[in-house]
This record gives sequence, C-alpha cells and structure tokens, in this order.
Amino acid sequence: MSGFLLSMQGAVSQGVLWGIMVLGVYITYKILNIADLTVDGSFALGGCVCATLIVNGGWNPVAALVISLAAGLLAGAVTGFLHTVFEIPAILAGILTQISLWSINLRIMGGKSNIPLLKADTIFSWIVDTTGLSQSMVSLIIGIVVAVALIAFLYWFFGTELGAALRATGDNEDMIRALGVNIKKTKMLALMISNGLVALSGGLVCQSQKYGDINNGTGAIVIGLAAIVIGDVLLGRLRSFGSKLTSAVVGSVVYFLIRAIVLQMGMDANDMKLLSAIIVALALCVPVAVDKWKLRRSYMEGGN
Amino acid sequence: MLKLTGVQKTFNKGTINEKKALNGIDLQLKEGDFVTIIGGNGAGKSTMLNMIAGVYPIDAGKIILDGEDVSRSPEHKRAKFLGRVFQDPMKGTAATMEIQENLALAYRRGQKRGLRWGITKAERQRYYEELKMLGLGLEDRMTSKVGLLSGGQRQALTLLMASLQKPKLLLLDEHTAALDPKTAAKVLELTEEIISEHRLTAMMVTHNMKDAIRLGNRLIMMHEGRIIYNVGGEEKQKLKVEDLLEKFGQASGGEFANDRMMLA
Repeated sequence: MSGFLLSMQGAVSQGVLWGIMVLGVYITYKILNIADLTVDGSFALGGCVCATLIVNGGWNPVAALVISLAAGLLAGAVTGFLHTVFEIPAILAGILTQISLWSINLRIMGGKSNIPLLKADTIFSWIVDTTGLSQSMVSLIIGIVVAVALIAFLYWFFGTELGAALRATGDNEDMIRALGVNIKKTKMLALMISNGLVALSGGLVCQSQKYGDINNGTGAIVIGLAAIVIGDVLLGRLRSFGSKLTSAVVGSVVYFLIRAIVLQMGMDANDMKLLSAIIVALALCVPVAVDKWKLRRSYMEGGN
Repeated sequence: MLKLTGVQKTFNKGTINEKKALNGIDLQLKEGDFVTIIGGNGAGKSTMLNMIAGVYPIDAGKIILDGEDVSRSPEHKRAKFLGRVFQDPMKGTAATMEIQENLALAYRRGQKRGLRWGITKAERQRYYEELKMLGLGLEDRMTSKVGLLSGGQRQALTLLMASLQKPKLLLLDEHTAALDPKTAAKVLELTEEIISEHRLTAMMVTHNMKDAIRLGNRLIMMHEGRIIYNVGGEEKQKLKVEDLLEKFGQASGGEFANDRMMLA
C-alpha cells in the first residue's frame, strides 16, 4: 500500500512540474487559438540545455534553468518568425522547429542522446540535502512554488495592455488590427512566452528525474492538450482567468495520477501515449457528437 | 483630411479571376464631411474603404490621411487615424472578452501598449457613462462577455469603440446591413448622434438610398471601380431616390439597378 501511495505522490509532483509546460501550451492553444507543435522540441530542449550546463559546464542549477527558459524563448521565436513573417501555417511552422530541435538537442548534448545527472547538484538535491525531505516531496514543493509564481505572473501579464492585446489577437485578428495592434508582434510574443515556459518545465523535469534526454519531449503537446482538457472538465465552471490557469496545472496533476493508476493496474507504459491521444481525441469529439445528437433530437417530422 | 489620387486596385492580377476593383479613384474630404457611398454589388465601395484602412496594399495612386502619406503603411499603423465599423457584427468586437475590456482595447487605438494595467478605474467610470448613452442597458453588464450580446448590441458597441478615441476619419462599411430593420434604425440613429456629437469626418457605405440622401453632406455613387457621381451641398439635399436610380441606370448601360437597390 505504501508503495502505491508513494507512486501517487510521485505522480502528483511530476504533474505539477509538467503543469508548467501545460501553462505554456495553454497560452498557444487556448489564448492564441493555435496548436503549437514546437512544444515537443522545446520541452526536450529545456532538459538538454539544463543537463549539459550542469554536467559538462558545472553550472549552478538555477542559472541553468534560466538558460533553459531563454532557449525556449528562442525556439518560440523561430516558430513565430516562420509563422508571422513568412506566413507558414502555425502547425507546420511548429513541426519544422520541432524537427530541427531534435538535431539541435543532440548537438547540445555533444552527440549523446542521454546525459545522467546522478552525481550533479540540482535544486532538488540541494533541498533534499538541507531539509532531509524525500525527493518527491521536494519536487512537489518546488513545483508548486514555481507554478504559483508563474500563474501570478501570467495573471498579471494578461491583464496589462499588451497582454489584453495578445488575448484579443487570439479572439479576433481583424478587430485588433483595426485597433492598431501589429499581430505579428503579439503572436511572436505569445509563442516565445509559451515555449519559454515549456523549456523551463523541461529543465525542471530533467533536474528532478536526474537525466536529460532528447526523447523527453516526445508527445508533450498531447500531454499538454490532455491536461488542459481534463482541467476544463473538472474546473471549467470557474470563469476567472486565474482559475483557468490553475485548472491547467490541476489537469496536469490529474493526468499524471491517471497515468500512475493505470500503470499500477498493469498497463504497459508504452501504451500511455495511445491513451493520451484517445483522451484528447475524445475530448474534441464529444462536444461535436453531442451537438449533432441534439440537432437530430430536436428535429421532429411534421413539427411540434 | 483625406485625399485619394488615382487609387487603383486589381485583385488576382494575371489570372482568369482578375478583377479590377478600383479603377483610378480621386476623392477629397474636408474635415467634418460626412459622405454616403452607394453603388451596386462589386462597384468597389467596400474595397475603397478597405484600401483607406490598409487592409490590402494598393497597386497605384496615393492616399493622404490628415496630411500624412499612408499609401504604403500597414493597417495597424493607419489605425490611429481611423475608427471602423464592419458589416459583420462579429468582426468589430472580441467575443470572449468583457464589454469593458473591448472598450479598453479600443480606447488605446493607435497608442503604444505596454505593461500598464489594461483598464483603469477612471476608465471604467467613463465607459459606464458612455454605455449608458447608448440606451441599451449595457452599462450594467460591463463584465459580461461580448459573445453574449446580440448583433445589434455588438454593432452599437463597435460604434462606441470606434469613437472612444476620436478618429480623424470614421469608416462605416454597410454597418447596418446585417441587422433587422428595427435594430438597423436604432444603430443608424446612434451613428448620427455620435458623428454629430464628436463632429467626425465619416464615410458610410449603404444600400439604402433614402439613408444615403438623408444623411451626410455629400453623396458618392460608384460603379465598376469608379466614382461616377459626386454631389454635395444643396444639390444633394434636393436629390430623390428616382434621381439616383436614373443615374445608376445610365451608368450601368440602361440595365436596371440590382434588386437590393430597387427594394431600398
């Protein structure tokens, strides 16, 4: 039983750390209204940069996270550049950046696909050493602190003039252009912030799992979308912007709990991506199916 | 205020779908002019407004707005001069944002948007007063999402948004065409109020010839990308719908005016 509880605790802490990535996906998917596939690449990028700097460069783990974040901003800028300046559809622009990041990540890690951080200091090992708390407890605490700080930051940012213009860009491009906003800039900014958060999350997950791996981000976008969908189902009734951001992180935690439970029940870990895709596909299909069903039911031969 | 010289625009150049939308437009507006624009479908009315707003680049000619040559500047840079209301009520407002947020976005038209808070307390008070003047009860729903409003309410809101930061030129592109007659009348009434209250320079595309004659101090008729009739002052006051139909008939080579104009 205690093994089960421990794995649940681990799932929650992973969920919170990945939840930071989900915040990034929320910005593009929910606010900007595009599915940005850069995410898979930039999540791995964050981890690879972090691992390389700590292990090969002997960097301070916090400084390494800052560089991860910056690398993510840059990756987002590349997608933004392709999308806004050269008008490549957002999905394709994201795929191009994602694919190129796979090679770039491999280069960053000096040709190795995996760098272990077993003996290196991380922000998690620091706190484990000073407080004596368990690894997953420390992950949870750090995850919550960072997530809360980021939610507060995003809440503030999207309330500013610039943030409001960004939200309006996702809602109605014609309108916000007519009001004097250069939507190339707002889209670029949104993609940068989004991928910055994703890479930061990648760096944190890398430090907590004690390795950086070029395959770490594979399917991250689907996890992000699944988490948003789950959060929406659970907390969709809350309308304030802050609670919407919170529900994205909560959705991530629930996703990782579900994952831990089905794995405990003996499901093959390799099937998890299939399950994630099914969750997202169902979430996208159900509203459409319900609408069609309602339409069919409301039709009455001969009228009412 | 506005000066168009030799403005030309051809869509899909060099293809079988080539369409000469504007064929050398010359037009000059003085401050405070209120011009109504009529013409059949495809005459270039909306295109002319879109060219002034910078939605598409022009092929030739010059557009001078308030003394500044904007012929080649992008849409978002021209926005500081222009208030715009579109035909589609959905186009002028952001549905997922609050009424007050939409107003705050419009209030900052043409200004640099930075990291100051998106809406201030003093603004809210002002928006409350302005919304009250619309007489639609929107002042009590300032935190409602715009998507919950009807087409007419959204159009009235867009109109208010366009005038919140006084524009050098107000562009109204058939802004009552998608509304039911009663709502259209109400929105038109608001339009008149706002234009006269702020003494705005305005251009209004309409299919209703009575409105075109009744409103404004100048009337323009367009046909096949050209201005074929431009009348102001007393001559315009004396115009009748029949005169316009006759003009239109002459221009289109004796053909009858299109259905929408006949119905007007």
